Amino acid sequence: MIGLDITFWILAVTGIGAALMLVLLRNVFRAALCLILYLITVAGIYVTLSADFLAAVQILIYVGGISVVIIVAIMLTREVQKGNSSNKLRIPAFMVAILFLGVAGFALINTPWQLSTVPPLEPTTSALAGKLFGEGGFILPAEIAAFLLLAAILGAIVLVREK
Amino acid sequence: MSVGLEHYLILSAILFAIGLYGALAKRNAIVILMSIEIMLNAVSIAMVGFSRFIVPSLLTGQVFALFIMVVAAAETAVGLAIIVAIYRSHNTIDSTKINLMKW
Repeated sequence: MIGLDITFWILAVTGIGAALMLVLLRNVFRAALCLILYLITVAGIYVTLSADFLAAVQILIYVGGISVVIIVAIMLTREVQKGNSSNKLRIPAFMVAILFLGVAGFALINTPWQLSTVPPLEPTTSALAGKLFGEGGFILPAEIAAFLLLAAILGAIVLVREK
Repeated sequence: MSVGLEHYLILSAILFAIGLYGALAKRNAIVILMSIEIMLNAVSIAMVGFSRFIVPSLLTGQVFALFIMVVAAAETAVGLAIIVAIYRSHNTIDSTKINLMKW
């Protein structure tokens, strides 16, 4: 358990640092690299929560797919030199974020969670598949998700097609 | 003190707040989209944390995290396509200058 705790703290500090760098760095391309680091630390946090399948999917989809698409978009738009500056709402946005953090932290700490002491499932893949496609599972949302992805791909193609 | 549910929830709240600040305060539309990714991932951490500590054998939170991933992938694809289309027609992706539909 000590190893798990140390891993959690390292991943948490790295993830918060990467997210802060993303928001604060001037160069948009470096901000995208920080986003990749952040996504990898989130995959590590899934591992510490014994969600092995989700960690693999996180690496495959986010680190392998979404980050590449974002970097391609950054290169297509050539706004790297103009930087990652803030708009006029910087101070109100900071206040809103701090307010949210305060309220959410207060609520999270003061809620009596009904913790379970059952040990987590070790390979989650088959249990997840049963949950998604099995009897009384999430089969309808899974089908709708497939339809959503199809619609999103078609929409993206239509939007970026040369006229 | 060993790491429990509260640690994961506080981590998730901190990351969500950072993403909220980035989404509200940044000019570059791609950075806004990346901040939204931060927020979605923070919510996924909270979901998986609930799944691990409250219903460890049901995995409902992990299923929710999977659906969040699907929606995030679709959102990124469409959002970046919109940003590239706006860049083609306006030659900028500064969100304060894209005011065509501003009343």
